[in-house]
Amino acid sequence: MRASEQGWPLWEVFVRADRGLNHVHAGSVHAVDAETALQAARDVYTRRAEGVSIWVVRSTEIVASDPDRRDDWFGDLKPYRHPTFYEIPDAIGHM
Amino acid sequence: MTTTTTTPLITFLLRTADDNLVLAQRLGALLARMPELEEDIAVANVCLDHLGQARSLYAHAAMLEGLGRSEDDLAMLRDERQFLNATLVEQPDVDFAHTIVRQFFVDAYQVPFYDVLCGASDPVLAGIAEKAMKEARYHLRRSATWVVRLGDGTEESHDRTQAAVDLLWRYTGDLLALDEIEETLVADGVLPSLDGVRGVFDATVASVFAEATLTLPTDPYQRLGGRAGVHTEQFGHLLPEMQRLYRSHPGARW
Repeated sequence: MRASEQGWPLWEVFVRADRGLNHVHAGSVHAVDAETALQAARDVYTRRAEGVSIWVVRSTEIVASDPDRRDDWFGDLKPYRHPTFYEIPDAIGHM
Repeated sequence: MTTTTTTPLITFLLRTADDNLVLAQRLGALLARMPELEEDIAVANVCLDHLGQARSLYAHAAMLEGLGRSEDDLAMLRDERQFLNATLVEQPDVDFAHTIVRQFFVDAYQVPFYDVLCGASDPVLAGIAEKAMKEARYHLRRSATWVVRLGDGTEESHDRTQAAVDLLWRYTGDLLALDEIEETLVADGVLPSLDGVRGVFDATVASVFAEATLTLPTDPYQRLGGRAGVHTEQFGHLLPEMQRLYRSHPGARW
């Protein structure tokens, strides 16, 4: 039996590609604890020098929105919340 | 094939290259057989680091030798008695604990070893060592972490890891042994002194084993001889498998 079936927990991996950029979700790894998760993340997701910093977090610690309720959450478009909704009066000139 | 034209530096390069090549061969055989996908990728990374170190060292040895041999010739056309690796790296992968303990001993040695080599008077060797040093430091972080996880893990993981230590410790002397080759290189100013390597190795092993609740065998026996080409039985199985393709199809390319 593979070790993951016996319960190596899953960790989500976030990699920061360069100084000044944000950490971006790269994927996930199985690992026995935080330190080995970091190492696995380094080996799996930064093999080609993709990053300067890695975060890992237990997947179970991530609270996610329900994809089945996406419309409730995100489908209610309010075009007036975008600045492009408004016409700029001529008197304002260029903004 | 003879190795009559040699110098202490070439012998030293071959010893170090052979350590890395034989370990890479062992690790390469584990691909797709590790307990997790993540460990499979990790072992591939470590394997390729060692293979890369071996290639650079062979290429430099071949250049200094000046006999027209290539790095491949040195790796694939020498016979068992001409291989100068420490017997530790040829020991088989009995289980994951053996793989990790063998790797840990190599890493604990290579970090201070390459640190010394960074001060070599030969700029190519110093350059190879500088790159290898970064790799070795990462390897040590990984293997030491695993030694602690396994040693201080479950009863079974502890027992298996202690069994690996009890078996493999006797081959570490081969890794650390210094003879007239190193003495000559140090005396000639080619290398800084290697005397400090063993102390750093011992300190690393002691601190990691303390955390891992592992103990060193009380039996002081050390099996030496690899640096002079006297290998263990395991090597007789590894070498033909590694060299078969190259010897069966001389000059093959892919």
